[in-house]
Amino acid sequence: MPILDHLWIILALPLAGAAINGLLGKNWPKSVINTIAVGSVSLSFLAVLELIREFAQLPADQIPWVKDYFTWIAAGSFRVDFSLQIDQLTIVMLLVVTFVSSLVHIYSTGYMAHEGGYYRFFTYLNLFVFFMLTLVMGANLIVMFVGWEGVGLCSYLLIGFWFLKQSAIAAGKKAFITTRLGDLAFTVGILLAFWTFGSLNFADMFKSVSQMQADTMAHAGTLTAIAILFFIGAIGKSAQLPLYVWLPDAMEGPTPVSALIHAATMVTAGVYMVARMNPLFSRAPIAMLVVAIVGALTAFYAATIGLLQTDIKKVLAYSTVSQLGYMFLGCGVGAYAAGVFHLMTHAFFKGLLFLAAGSVIHAMGGEQDMRNMGGLRKQIPITYWTMLIATLAIAGIPGFAGFFSKDQILDAAQSGPHKNIVLWLLGLIGAGFTSFYMFRLIFLTFFGEERFDHHKVHVHESPSSMTVPLIVLAFLSIFGGWVAARHLVGGTDHFEAFLHPVFAAYAPQTAGVEQSASLAGSAGASGEVASSPGLELFHAITGPAVIVAVIGLALAWWFYIRKPEVPEKLERSMPGAYNLVYNKYWVDEIYNALFVAPLLFISKYVLWHLVDEGIIDGIVNGSASTARGMGGKLRELQSGNARSYATWVVLGAVGFAVLLLALVGASR
Amino acid sequence: MSIVPISYYLVLSAILFGLGTVAVVFKRNIITIFMGIELMLNAVNLAFVAFARAHGQLDGLVFVFFVIVVAAAEAAVGLAIVIMLTKSRQSLNVERDSLLKF
Amino acid sequence: MSVPFILFFLCALLAVAGAVLLIMVREPIHSALSLILVMMTLAVLYLLLGAEFIAAVQIIVYAGAIMVLFVFVIMLLNAGTEERTDWSRIAKPMGLPLAFFLLLVTARWLSRSAIGATVANGVGAPSNEGVSTRALSMALFQQYLFPFEATSILILIALLGALILARKDE
Repeated sequence: MPILDHLWIILALPLAGAAINGLLGKNWPKSVINTIAVGSVSLSFLAVLELIREFAQLPADQIPWVKDYFTWIAAGSFRVDFSLQIDQLTIVMLLVVTFVSSLVHIYSTGYMAHEGGYYRFFTYLNLFVFFMLTLVMGANLIVMFVGWEGVGLCSYLLIGFWFLKQSAIAAGKKAFITTRLGDLAFTVGILLAFWTFGSLNFADMFKSVSQMQADTMAHAGTLTAIAILFFIGAIGKSAQLPLYVWLPDAMEGPTPVSALIHAATMVTAGVYMVARMNPLFSRAPIAMLVVAIVGALTAFYAATIGLLQTDIKKVLAYSTVSQLGYMFLGCGVGAYAAGVFHLMTHAFFKGLLFLAAGSVIHAMGGEQDMRNMGGLRKQIPITYWTMLIATLAIAGIPGFAGFFSKDQILDAAQSGPHKNIVLWLLGLIGAGFTSFYMFRLIFLTFFGEERFDHHKVHVHESPSSMTVPLIVLAFLSIFGGWVAARHLVGGTDHFEAFLHPVFAAYAPQTAGVEQSASLAGSAGASGEVASSPGLELFHAITGPAVIVAVIGLALAWWFYIRKPEVPEKLERSMPGAYNLVYNKYWVDEIYNALFVAPLLFISKYVLWHLVDEGIIDGIVNGSASTARGMGGKLRELQSGNARSYATWVVLGAVGFAVLLLALVGASR
Repeated sequence: MSIVPISYYLVLSAILFGLGTVAVVFKRNIITIFMGIELMLNAVNLAFVAFARAHGQLDGLVFVFFVIVVAAAEAAVGLAIVIMLTKSRQSLNVERDSLLKF
Repeated sequence: MSVPFILFFLCALLAVAGAVLLIMVREPIHSALSLILVMMTLAVLYLLLGAEFIAAVQIIVYAGAIMVLFVFVIMLLNAGTEERTDWSRIAKPMGLPLAFFLLLVTARWLSRSAIGATVANGVGAPSNEGVSTRALSMALFQQYLFPFEATSILILIALLGALILARKDE
């Protein structure tokens, strides 16, 4: 079993690509850099394919497959090995990460072709893939955390890629610092986990967990604490309320970065972590509720902001925040497989949306404001069609990938074992908003009149290096969801079945049986008598999720195609509400006033002037001036006056004589 | 004949020594200061002779001998230096020689 | 009150008077003369203590050569009245008390020392005999030969030094 024995190859390939390009590639021609960067990630993807083939032949008792490579930390009873593990969840994540990364790398060769720092971009991108793979394949919390921090670093580096741009640097810092807050909680959670379980290996932890009493809603214990702390880390990394503020700013980075890191992979690390920790969360119902509430609220809240944004990338950014909320909602109501499924489909269609947006921006010569676009449909057809497909997917129109995943989540929220009608409603309305603002984006960008000067902006379709990944992703945005479409493929949700062992292995006994039963046949739980695929399909297609999606589409068409004056009228009639939402509820300004400004104040006046200049400099300079003063005084001994010297000599003689007298006299 | 107790000599020696110190500290003429030093040496000589007498040994006397010799040498060299200094400075005031001031 | 006692006190008084005069007078030549007085009286005291040779050496070398050298230099340099400067900030307040203290300490130490105590009582006082010159020279040339030779070299060096230092610049 070559790959299974050499899992490190999957990691090493992108790392090698990063190292070679980073250390040596400064003056290489673009073709060489491309080959190394794209090649390393693609090879990694091929290795993953081979891994799947071998994995399929593993007997069930060897899953999860763990490989220890070397002892990394050994301090007393605290032992951490660099170990990698493969189970079904890892396979899904590996597929998504390597495949989407390869596509984005290929896309970047076209998009970044005219940018400076070409080699640096690909170095960081490869490095990011390395860290993401480490995160996903880690067999213990520490290796995962290494990946966690590493992707944060690469995100910072890539957001601030154009480091001469002040706003980009600020955005990079904001991203890093905000996720740091989450990481702080994560670290405390890791400490608590070690203290509770004695080991940070997933296998050991989950074994211990399965033997522990589950926390109940009435009694929140250590498990709840650990779970919530981990989730706070996920809030930071996956841009949920209240730590989402960095993601819209992260749009300062190049669009491929936004596609890969801030849509498909890094931000999903939080979801992966929650899914990985499912034995823990399943035994801490309060924590699950927290996850679900935060997810649903974020999904709704971010969708409202997305309604009014005018920058094409910012709309997609808030959309990402919103969709991540859905994933957490899914995990929070116990439908872990649904959450991960949405993760996968979202990687496809959101990745596609960002790449297509990048194509639009590229076509418009750098313009990102949708108010200055319009009527691009005929001029950049490939971009248009692929973006339309992605929009249909994200809106949840039946037949496309997003429909299946979103539907599963809302279903679980409505009628699953941890159902919660309020959260379901929030998710539902959010889905309607999602459809509305995404179609608004399409209509504003591609339809209507050209709101720009045709002579100034030379609209042209992107090169094939950019359009081919778009087409591939569009294909996946349609058919990628069908693996879980039990309605369509004969009653079996293949995706959920594939992932089932991961989520059932350590599930609490009572909930576990229900969970797998209900998810596999929730149609049965919701009162259906016959479970024939056709009936299920019909009910699915006419479900509330689809209704709101269609309403959203219709409203968007009405507002922006049919009667374009309506949005303005609405805006004028509700200026307060409009301004509130348009300015993103002033959250950035509030954070600035609450946290940033006092911190800066303390930094400047207390720590700088008071402590550093006053106290520390005071002590240092004070001791220097004391030394100088004493020196000055002592210097006066050297008066050059012989009589003074003579007096001092006599003084010494007297002292000596007294001393001798005391000594000799005492001994007499 | 009774002998004067040795301690009387020693006290006299101490007095002379103290007076010599006063001369060294308080006088400003370099030659006078030298003479104070000589006075101190003489006081010490007296003490040595007294002790030699008290112990009945002559080691003290030998030491006195050497002290006198050294005092002579020292006086010779010291006065030569004084002459040199005074040639350039035209003043015998020791307080004017403060070139080694900080 | 025997003769030695009277002689002792007389000489002691004269010695102290000479020392005080050395400090008090203004002209250095007068100080030199007072010093000679002190040395003379000390010679008498040496005689009293039975050290005739040393007494003779004192007069010949100390009073006769060294002090004469002093007088010569004073004359040569035309050392007049001493200037009345007072630039030492420490000599004035500390000098006198320190000297006084030194005196006291030394006196106390010397007189209270073992030998001083025993001798003060007159117990164990050696004989009236003095030390013969013969014995002294025997000690000097046998036991203390090395220091003797060393001091002769010292004198040589001093001689050379004085010569070089006092030479006229060419």
